[in-house]
Amino acid sequence: MIVKSLSETLSGMWSLLVGMRVTAGNFKSPQITVHYPRQVTNLDGYRGHIELVPSDEDPTKSKCIACSNCVRICPGACISLKASKPKKKAAAEKKDAPGTETETQPEGKKEAPPKKAKPELQSFVLDYNYCCLCGLCVESCPSGALRYSSDVYVAGFTRQEFVYDLLSRLQYQAQKKEQ
Amino acid sequence: MIEAIPTPFIVIFVGLLAVMAFVGLNAVVLVYLERKIAGFIHRRPGPYEVGPPCFPHGILQPVADGLKLVGKQIFTPKGADSFLYWLAPMISIAPAIVCFIVIPFGPHLQVINTNVGLILILAFTGINVLALCLAGWASQNKYGLIGAARDISQGVAYEIPLLLVVLSIVFMTGTFNLFDIADGQGAWPWQWYIVYQPLAFILFFICALAETNRNPFDLPEAESELTAGFHTEYSGMAFACFFLAEYAYMVVAACIMAILFLGGFQGPGAPGIWWFLAKIYVLLLIMIWIRWTFPRVRFDQLLNICWKWLIPLAVLNLLITLAVIAL
Repeated sequence: MIVKSLSETLSGMWSLLVGMRVTAGNFKSPQITVHYPRQVTNLDGYRGHIELVPSDEDPTKSKCIACSNCVRICPGACISLKASKPKKKAAAEKKDAPGTETETQPEGKKEAPPKKAKPELQSFVLDYNYCCLCGLCVESCPSGALRYSSDVYVAGFTRQEFVYDLLSRLQYQAQKKEQ
Repeated sequence: MIEAIPTPFIVIFVGLLAVMAFVGLNAVVLVYLERKIAGFIHRRPGPYEVGPPCFPHGILQPVADGLKLVGKQIFTPKGADSFLYWLAPMISIAPAIVCFIVIPFGPHLQVINTNVGLILILAFTGINVLALCLAGWASQNKYGLIGAARDISQGVAYEIPLLLVVLSIVFMTGTFNLFDIADGQGAWPWQWYIVYQPLAFILFFICALAETNRNPFDLPEAESELTAGFHTEYSGMAFACFFLAEYAYMVVAACIMAILFLGGFQGPGAPGIWWFLAKIYVLLLIMIWIRWTFPRVRFDQLLNICWKWLIPLAVLNLLITLAVIAL
């Protein structure tokens, strides 16, 4: 009886020491707190509003081929883009010259034999007010020119602030990166 | 004018001022350490944001806490006994400050060197039980009352093994004078009384935790059960007095442990206040470490530990000490 209670007490005291070793181990191990405004670690999988992917040669230009797939597939109709053809390319002149309307080159691959001139993106405007973040535009883009941004700090006082000019945003970011 | 005042009064006055500064400074440091260590044990940074960049790691947090407490409204709850209610925090803090007067911080650093130093400290720390009882009773609050009741039964129970343990040291040294007890020990750790009285040290440590209402024996102010126990109704500086007193008593307990068992200001090389401060801070850190490790005991467990284990062991320790001295 006495032996049992004594051994229980001793094992209890041993468990106290074990507990103190556990907290000491936690004391020494690195912290898991993220100092949020100064340090942000969880944005890898974040699906913010879309942004343009810079092309490999020129970071100020987009990979966009102005096919307008995204414009057509968007359920909220929040994307509008304008594209123009560079005039020097002769092959493109068979069809109409102005080349400013959005749907100039639907599905470029089918109609585009070798020396077709590439249309150049002039503006890409996203009206984020109507975006439902479905991601269809990103999935449907044949050239991989769209991706989700990690822009979490979206807040504003007017609707106008949520109409993003993504092309100039891309250029601004490229300039900023150079500096 | 100044010549008319007897020197002992001036000494006591200056000493009291210094001691108050020491108590306040210790409270600031301990609050910061407590919160930082709690944070580190939880694997978070603890206080981090307060203060401009030139004061990193939230080092101004205790200052901010203090300012907050000073700025808060203090009020008497409805139906409370306002005289006792306001008397309690003062009774709590005042003896804590007096205790430091007899503590030898260094070979030449002691306000009063008296033959009854140890008794004085034991007597004055006992007053804290009364203060907490008054606080809980006068605040007309059920949590306060339960906290006060718990505090008394805990304080009375744990006083006994504490005194028995102290007695065994006193029998060894033959004096109540704290300076002599510290001076009687050598510079090296194997010359300290903890080597002769290891059981006494462990018992004293446990009793000190209980007497200062620290975890795992913080039943008088058990947050999860009693909101804040005896100081539930207190706010602002009245609460700060209890808070300050709690930390002051922690430091007193650490000081006595350092003097009785760890050689006080003695240490390898030159004896001095640095050894004393190092020892009490090691003890305080262990107290904080314990607080953030163990859960609170139940009340019957608390009293069982005392009456079934600590008191018999303390008596046994005393008897063995007496037998050894007699031989």
